[in-house]
Amino acid sequence: MTPADRTLELAASPHLKAPDSTPRIMWTVVATLIPVVVGAVWAFGPSAALVIGVAVAGAVGTERLLAGGPDPVRDGSAVITGLLLGLTLPAGVPLWMAALGGAVSIALGKWVFGGLGQNVFNPALVGRAFLQAAFPAAMTTWPLPTGAALPDGGSVAWAALRGPNLALPLMGGSVDAVTGATPLGLRKFEGVETPVADLFIGSIGGSVGETSALLILLGGGYLAFRGYLDWRIPVSVLLAVAVLSSALHALRPDTLPGAPFMLFSGGLMLGAVYMATDMVTSPVTRAGAWIYGAGIGALVVIIRYWGGLPEGVMYAILLMNAMVPFIDRATQPRVFGTSRRNRREREATT
Amino acid sequence: MTSGLRGLFRGGFRHGVHPPDHKESTESLPIRRMPFPDEVVLPLSQHAGAPAACLVRPGDRVERGDAIGSAQGHVSVPIHATASGTVAAVELAPHPSGRWMDAVRIAVDPHSAQIPRPRIVPRWEGLDAVATRAAVKNAGVVGLGGAAFPTHVKLEPPPDTEIELLLVNGAECEPYLTSDHRVMVEHPERVHFGVRIMMQCLDVDRAVIGVEMNKPDAVARLRETVPEDLDVTVLPLRVKYPQGAEKMLIHAATGREVPSGMLPAHVGTVVQNVGSIAAIAEVFETGYPLIERIVTVSGPGIVRPMNLIVPVGTRARDVLAFCGGLTEDATEVLFGGPMMGAPQPDLDVPILKGTSGITVLTERERKPERSWPCIACARCLGACPVFLNPSRLGMLAQAGRWDEMTEMHLGDCMVCGSCSYVCPSNIPLSQMFSVAKSQMRREREARERHERAVAEAEASRRAEESEAAGVSA
Repeated sequence: MTPADRTLELAASPHLKAPDSTPRIMWTVVATLIPVVVGAVWAFGPSAALVIGVAVAGAVGTERLLAGGPDPVRDGSAVITGLLLGLTLPAGVPLWMAALGGAVSIALGKWVFGGLGQNVFNPALVGRAFLQAAFPAAMTTWPLPTGAALPDGGSVAWAALRGPNLALPLMGGSVDAVTGATPLGLRKFEGVETPVADLFIGSIGGSVGETSALLILLGGGYLAFRGYLDWRIPVSVLLAVAVLSSALHALRPDTLPGAPFMLFSGGLMLGAVYMATDMVTSPVTRAGAWIYGAGIGALVVIIRYWGGLPEGVMYAILLMNAMVPFIDRATQPRVFGTSRRNRREREATT
Repeated sequence: MTSGLRGLFRGGFRHGVHPPDHKESTESLPIRRMPFPDEVVLPLSQHAGAPAACLVRPGDRVERGDAIGSAQGHVSVPIHATASGTVAAVELAPHPSGRWMDAVRIAVDPHSAQIPRPRIVPRWEGLDAVATRAAVKNAGVVGLGGAAFPTHVKLEPPPDTEIELLLVNGAECEPYLTSDHRVMVEHPERVHFGVRIMMQCLDVDRAVIGVEMNKPDAVARLRETVPEDLDVTVLPLRVKYPQGAEKMLIHAATGREVPSGMLPAHVGTVVQNVGSIAAIAEVFETGYPLIERIVTVSGPGIVRPMNLIVPVGTRARDVLAFCGGLTEDATEVLFGGPMMGAPQPDLDVPILKGTSGITVLTERERKPERSWPCIACARCLGACPVFLNPSRLGMLAQAGRWDEMTEMHLGDCMVCGSCSYVCPSNIPLSQMFSVAKSQMRREREARERHERAVAEAEASRRAEESEAAGVSA
């Protein structure tokens, strides 16, 4: 074909584009959460599947409503919000609460700020904070995982609902389920420490997905390898928790638990790997990522040791989210050619 | 991909981007000479600085190598006829910059042997700097890497600087382009000869030739042929874009950063593209001015990719036809490479002195049309070679907050396109920065015009007042 009869396109350079896209990043995060969801369903049975599914449906439905059409949902971010919210809820919560939480996450956590990329706080944690404030009893009732020993000598069956999942608003729960304390609660209020191996595998009580550190670390490791999350953030969160809790444990070994227990209990892994690393609500600079992560770690230790609740990851991340604009401003990269030596050179010539 | 754990495994290397280099289709093809076309179009502005003044009229007979445009001032070079023939017209013609500009059209004489008039080959031994610069300027030599900055100006560094190093840019970091690569492989002696002349002119003892490691044959050939009496080091460089940017190259070779807003000469370095060095050598070998150049014609949209030597002024249409034409799915014809190249709407545009190649892209390379909101993933910060915050600058650009952009060092942006390349949300960052830069320039010029007008009005009012005072007194 001769060049004469062609229609040529005009676009400003650069004319090449790296293959990564925002939807691809989001859906990859969703994919790495699937093992965590499977782990949660294994531990908490159909209740976990119901809670997570309804939280996702609430988030996606609200996104669709507020974004004014089905298209924006395709970026996958609302699915992540719903999944993360679902994973932080106790398996026994009524499903309407999970749906409400998903709606609040997207509406108050994201769209009041202007939608994707504009929000200050992690939307899933905004939803969870709302549920925690509104329904403290339901949010701190921790069912036992599959296989846990029952007082009557049996063990928890996989297929059993773990709480009043099907309850309606303003009506009492109708399903009796056996509940227990989380390892953090046991430690804080009863002084009983759960073996770290159980924490790592996830055969413990807790929120739906806060239990298996192993699956979370696998997913996070893959995301870090792909460059889809900033490894500096989980590393600095976990380092700060480890260093601070070791130091405090050394001072008060009888009342304050040590680093291994602190690292693998509660929502720390899920929070450090999947929530603190939310790109929108974490710093863009590398120095900022270290400061932000260390801040979260320190707040987690402070809240867990001295706070009224056994767990503090949610508030630690939300507080540091609020600091992100300041951290970013304070840690702007030094522009090429503006080192101290460069400034001297410029002064010398003018 | 520049962020993430993979960055660590590459030895802590952080900034820049890694687009696939696509050099395989032309890197091993010898440079071929294209037959003379039947017309050449020679814009009077082919270089940075003032356009040349036309010396010919329609109907004039010109021989290959004759000056047809004279340099206007210091930062300017003459233009030469690149083929023997008759001046058909001096008129506005499409220019690769996108505008129409004054150009000399020469109808090429099909019966001419295209041998330039006999001319004197300048002696280089012992030639002083002034005479060297005059010879280089008269030959119309400019930077062949793309910016087309007159070479004789570079050979005269500012008086308050002391040049210690000649840095030869053989990085050729744009994907697809291989013209510099082929020059280094086929004519390494010519490169060294040009280096010798530049070193003598600049009075420096040391030269470094920086070559990206994806050209091992060029590194080997240059190393084999270094003259014994010259201190020339061939420095293999990491393959990354934009390794060939002047500041990046200086940093790689010397470890020093060019201070923001200043010239390479301020860190004792002169940088020259390897193709321009070879062009200088040719001036002192043959006595011919810069009348032809090597272009890479490549990309998935071209039927037979080639490295060609063509007369400056050859129309893109003729070059593409010689390479078998465009494929069915070709969409974009670029002058230069895909990262910084300029798209051409009109294939009658001529190859200029600074045109390093033609890249033809297809539907497969077409970028997605839709953008997503910025999710603060920070990839652009990890890509920016001068450590800007493109994410923040992009938000400021969208809001038209130019002053804040200046504070955030927009002036240091080279519009290399790395931020746009990595952005997963497909935000046209570097495109917005180039708009912002020209918008700021326009506003500054308007402000200056306004201030001048106010000052003039004030002055004339005062003059009238004093006149009136004089009359009444």
